[in-house]
Amino acid sequence: MTLAFDLILCLMILGTAGIALFVRDALAAIAFFIAFGNLLGLAWLSLDAVNVAMAEIAIGAGVTGVLLILARARLLALGDDAASAATPLWLRLGALAACAGFVVLLAAAVLSIPPESGLDRVVAPLMPGLGIENRVTGVLLAFRAYDTLLETFVLLGALVAVWSLAPAGAWPGRPADPGMADAPMRRVAGTFSQLLLPVALVMAAYLVWAGSDLPGGAFQAGTVLAGGLFVAAMGGAIGLPSSDRPLLRAALVLGPAVFLAVGLAGVAAGGFLVYPEGMAKTLIVTIEYTLALSIGVTLALLVAGTPVPGAAGPNPDGKG
Amino acid sequence: MWRVADWFTLAAIFLLLTVAAALVRCWRGPGPVERIMAAQLAGTGVIGVAVVLGTARGDAAFLDAALIGTLLAAVAVTAFVRGTPKPRAKG
Amino acid sequence: MSWTDAVVLALLGTGLAFYAAGSLGLLRFPDTASRLHALTKADNLGLGLVALAAALYWGSLAVAAKIALVWLFAVIAAGTTSQLLARRTRLDEARLHEPHPDAADSARDGGPR
Repeated sequence: MTLAFDLILCLMILGTAGIALFVRDALAAIAFFIAFGNLLGLAWLSLDAVNVAMAEIAIGAGVTGVLLILARARLLALGDDAASAATPLWLRLGALAACAGFVVLLAAAVLSIPPESGLDRVVAPLMPGLGIENRVTGVLLAFRAYDTLLETFVLLGALVAVWSLAPAGAWPGRPADPGMADAPMRRVAGTFSQLLLPVALVMAAYLVWAGSDLPGGAFQAGTVLAGGLFVAAMGGAIGLPSSDRPLLRAALVLGPAVFLAVGLAGVAAGGFLVYPEGMAKTLIVTIEYTLALSIGVTLALLVAGTPVPGAAGPNPDGKG
Repeated sequence: MWRVADWFTLAAIFLLLTVAAALVRCWRGPGPVERIMAAQLAGTGVIGVAVVLGTARGDAAFLDAALIGTLLAAVAVTAFVRGTPKPRAKG
Repeated sequence: MSWTDAVVLALLGTGLAFYAAGSLGLLRFPDTASRLHALTKADNLGLGLVALAAALYWGSLAVAAKIALVWLFAVIAAGTTSQLLARRTRLDEARLHEPHPDAADSARDGGPR
């Protein structure tokens, strides 16, 4: 029964991915990509990897979908027709052959791993020393915290890269107002976002808290927060801040800075990113909350785009 | 006779098939609105599958994943209906 | 099979039928507005019945509350997106019938903003 479910899911995942790649119209590709992200999240759920499923649904089907849709809208505004050119048949067949060959190699490698040699057996005895139950959080924030620290700086770097594309004279400024031009749409979106933003805040706080012992975590929480913030901006409930507001910059840097500070303080306890005895859970939760805030604001601004000249939010003071 | 949990797994398969049917509309739909509607139906279907699968396996964390999906489902549609910004920058 | 199980299965089956009706409507209805009905109403009713079946089967009040939250937000999101999509469809149709898209559009959907 589960096998039937997994088989159908696999076929649908391959189908939506293939269509998203080869269809000409950009919006069709985006719609299939969003469906693909959702289905991939289901696949993670079926594999009992709930942390990854949450991340896939939030980021793959949520934020990336919004990013692509907004990019398409900007292309259309520039006069592009947002459709792909036809790829020659030999190119498609060649790409298919290369990918199929790679999949075969990957499958052979994965299937040759003996079932007992998973990471679980290594991590499980170390978890009681941390005081948290979620092994993924343990790996992300304790055993391999260095990787996560670098990832947070990479995310910040991506935002800086987007900001660096601002046209001359627009810096430092606000991104283009994502609010809707049409008044009825604006009212509907505004009312909805006034409900969504508080719920997103609560949900994000819950996900970080639950992430210690149940599936959850900072990235998923940050993405939910980013979604709430951006819908609020689209509904006109909040305005997008100008890039030089100190409070905004503090919020962006807070997560990575706290993470780095804890890491450096850990030198006193034995090494970089070593948590002192008994303080592991406290430090992990602190890092995750600040990280969720930074990730939320960073992702919302990434989606909002570069500052544009003369942009003014609906509230001249913007979001403080 | 099957246990009730098995019926829930069967329900998950059925819901997957309804999502596949919606994706046919995504393929054919003559306009962008139809395609976004199909993507949204796929999202609702996937949330249903998450709830049903979580019930079949007794794992309440699946419901958190479904909750995330619900909250973020409307964001893409809201971004889409903004339409094309006019060539003259707003504001 | 106890009475509870029978009720759970009945609710599950009805919910699935509504989901199927939603997909079928999306495929077979002739125009955008009617497809929107199928999307918004049928699917979310199906989700509600399926959610009710799941909550009954689970038996825990906390989990049932979480399931109810999932359905509640799905309904709210669907209500909002249906209004937005309908308005978008109307604006697109109006734009198709305009002789001069640029001039008329800024008058029609510019609004006070």
